[in-house]
Amino acid sequence: MSWELVAGLETHIELSTKTKIFCQCTTEFGGEPNTHCCPVCIGLPGTLPKLNRAVVEYAVKAGLATNCRIRNISKMDRKNYVYPDLPKAYQISQYDKPLCEHGFITLSSEKNINITRIHIEEDAGKLIHERGDTYVDYNRGGVPLVEIVSEPDIRSIDEAMEYIEKLRLIMKYIGVSDVKMQEGSLRCDVNISVRKNGEDAYGTRTEIKNVNSLNFIAKAMEYEFNRQVDILESGEKIEQETRRYNSELNITEIMRGKEDADDYRYFRDPDLVTIYLSDEEIKKFKDDLPELPGKKYSRFVNEYGLPEADASLLIKYKNVAEYFEKACKNIKNKKTAANYILVQIFRRLATDSEKEEFNISIPPEYLNELVVLVEEKKINSSMARNVLEKMLDTGKPVKEFITDEDMKGIDEETLRKLCGKAVKANKSAAAQYLAGKEKALGAIIGYIMRETKGKADAALATEIVKKLIRQ
Amino acid sequence: MSRIKYINNLLETGEVSCVELTKKYLDSIEKENKILNAYVKITQETALKTAKKVDEKISKGEKLLPLEGIPMSLKDNMSTKDIETTCCSNILKGYVPIYNATVWDIIKNQNAVLLGKTNMDEFAMGSSCETSCFGGALNPHDIKHVAGGSSGGAASSVAGNLAVYGLGSDTGGSIRQPASFCGLVGFKPTYGAVSRYGLIAYASSLDQIGPIASCVEDAAIIYDAISDYDSKDSTSRGSRTKTANSLNKCIKGIKIGIAKEYFEGIRDDIKSSIQEAVKVYEDLGAEIVHVDLPQIKYALPVYYIIACAEASSNLGRYDGIRYGYRTSFYSDVDDMICKTRSEGFGKEVQRRIMLGTYVLSAGYYDAYYKKAQKLRGSIVKAFKNVFDSCDVMLAPTVPTTAFELNFTSKDPIETYMTDICTVPVNIAGLPAVSIPCGFDDKGLPIGMQLIGNSFEDAVILNAAYQYEHQVKNKIYKQTDIGVRI
Repeated sequence: MSWELVAGLETHIELSTKTKIFCQCTTEFGGEPNTHCCPVCIGLPGTLPKLNRAVVEYAVKAGLATNCRIRNISKMDRKNYVYPDLPKAYQISQYDKPLCEHGFITLSSEKNINITRIHIEEDAGKLIHERGDTYVDYNRGGVPLVEIVSEPDIRSIDEAMEYIEKLRLIMKYIGVSDVKMQEGSLRCDVNISVRKNGEDAYGTRTEIKNVNSLNFIAKAMEYEFNRQVDILESGEKIEQETRRYNSELNITEIMRGKEDADDYRYFRDPDLVTIYLSDEEIKKFKDDLPELPGKKYSRFVNEYGLPEADASLLIKYKNVAEYFEKACKNIKNKKTAANYILVQIFRRLATDSEKEEFNISIPPEYLNELVVLVEEKKINSSMARNVLEKMLDTGKPVKEFITDEDMKGIDEETLRKLCGKAVKANKSAAAQYLAGKEKALGAIIGYIMRETKGKADAALATEIVKKLIRQ
Repeated sequence: MSRIKYINNLLETGEVSCVELTKKYLDSIEKENKILNAYVKITQETALKTAKKVDEKISKGEKLLPLEGIPMSLKDNMSTKDIETTCCSNILKGYVPIYNATVWDIIKNQNAVLLGKTNMDEFAMGSSCETSCFGGALNPHDIKHVAGGSSGGAASSVAGNLAVYGLGSDTGGSIRQPASFCGLVGFKPTYGAVSRYGLIAYASSLDQIGPIASCVEDAAIIYDAISDYDSKDSTSRGSRTKTANSLNKCIKGIKIGIAKEYFEGIRDDIKSSIQEAVKVYEDLGAEIVHVDLPQIKYALPVYYIIACAEASSNLGRYDGIRYGYRTSFYSDVDDMICKTRSEGFGKEVQRRIMLGTYVLSAGYYDAYYKKAQKLRGSIVKAFKNVFDSCDVMLAPTVPTTAFELNFTSKDPIETYMTDICTVPVNIAGLPAVSIPCGFDDKGLPIGMQLIGNSFEDAVILNAAYQYEHQVKNKIYKQTDIGVRI
């Protein structure tokens, strides 16, 4: 019997506003414990929250970028629960009137994953276990979050991964979050159930709380899918419960059952006033949105003629895409520029986060100059590659490494003569080529390149040499 | 008549120095507070330091601000930097705030002389001040009676002449009821007129800070000083007009609304005192109109549901982790929080937290909290309609005069019932001022309240002032008790 996975994700993303959601404290990650705090965000008696309007703006942008409808009238609610990292014993969140609703994200298969809602809320502090004691650090308390809730439209782990990646990329593009998973700025609750293929009704779901890396989300989903299938195949029932992922054992384990589910006693926060958003404001936010990754991808493929693989690699990192756009300005063959980035420059950036930051020594204008020279055939591609390496090493522009003499190239007559000389000097290689060894040509071409200090057009030289040998 | 103006004049003319004056009050407190229990904390050093500053200013011939150098008291639920603030609860004993409430910041900048923090019902939950962990504050008119609550200490401090005025807070009558019990003026401004920042919350949508003073003009002067827009409080609106300058307006032709619903279950002597007051108003040229307000029969349950619901959430933060009381022996963090709260909160607070938790719980929310919110809306509307046909309303403040000691500990429901006349305006966010209008046969003061439309604070203060002016010889002579300057 085959089973289908059904999943929906609740994704929490930290917004990158300068200050916290209800006070003026910095949202900067880290810092000595309890140094990014004030009476408001540690909930001292008598303090009152004051909504940071930038948080509303960021969340609305997130909503618009994911095709949501934006509410003109919204409010903040209290979610009451007791935990030492929550200094007021309630989290200010949104319950029945979230800022954004009814959106979707389109996967590469063109399937839409629907977004139920996006709301804003405050993050909690962090418990630190040290020397057998537990301490609380409230630096993160009050950092603004959006919670993006999807419909149970996800049918595979791959879809879940793509959905999160797409979401992450969109948030980065519109500049509302750095989405650094290692700093916990993206966390997921996974709602998961299984059903027999072809069935319409959903099975009983479980919720896996607070999984904080893509890898763990995939593993947790895989484990939970198998666990549920095993239970159903043995004729038993799934219990609706909340579970947590244990990354050491790679299992999900029960946190609490349905009967112990928290009763959050939501009610409107009387300390905060109604949030109004006019149509004009919403339109302004929409107009302010930059080009989104999906659109950029299509443009790279359709207008720039880039291969799909190249286009998706370029848009995967916002900084890379922006760099590329500048580097390929006024260039006909955009792929040339893409290649330098995806091959030579990427070679220097080992990790994902290095690519994400794209901290390289030369500005895109320098690369553009180089590509222009190649396109105008003033230098050949092998020379360009060498020059680029030197540029990347030093951060200096093309001119530092190429003289006017270099750019003149070698005229065809001179090259013919040199080719003749090269064939003579490498008789055995020529013979091997004639005997069918294509690779033997390398020695001859190498000779020519050395003699011309790389100025020769390798393709043209190869053509001439082949002819000479056959004669 | 204004004590504040009188003292301001004494100071400016050099008849008494601010230090002398402050010492006089501190001496009285030293003697009388043992009996009255009005103060739970005396801030002698701060007071004398400020007084000295004021004297320096006077010696330079500078003019004083309205509240400058005036000795006063603050209810112990207002956050005062470096001065212990407990809400008269064991759970906050030892808590010394690191920031000032906005109201305190405002009057501190005016060099108000803070004599101390006043007694109150624990977290402002009560009508007699007797739920205070320090024991109740007594009524200076008769110490066999309570000063009222929850701002009982504030009223006791002013009536006992241990402060010129006090700042209190009013969630369901906590300024007006003790003012009524102690023969004082207690003013609860429109919700949003005075910043709540730094007022330790009982019920956020109902709480409002206001003055307890010995006359209307003082209340107006204080209100003018403290009512200001505060960017730290999202619900803050500030005030529309300065009230002290508009106290001399003739009230001829003003329409005073009387709703019979306010007089159900009111003691007869109180009813007849208010009848007398009505006559005074008629003499002043006011027109008496009868209005209907049947919705106020829901006010009491609506109040207790909403106030307790908000309180259950507001008081969740007292867990022993960051500040205040923490239990000594516990097995883990849950046990610690549970024991800390069980030991730290008094019975009445625990009762209201439980009630509030219950009405917000899944399965009960719709039947209680949601319904109460709906009814709150209809009460707001009803008042709005009433104010289409009158300018101010006149009603009793409390169905009785000051309770005897320990009355409230007998039956909580019966005690809740005595809030019947005060809670409606909190639900509707309206301004109301309680002023003395007579005495019962035991010599205990009777109060009545004038209720105004939203942000019409100046209108009710003027109406109150006109009455006070008219009857001052009859009523105010007897209220002038306690030490004299």
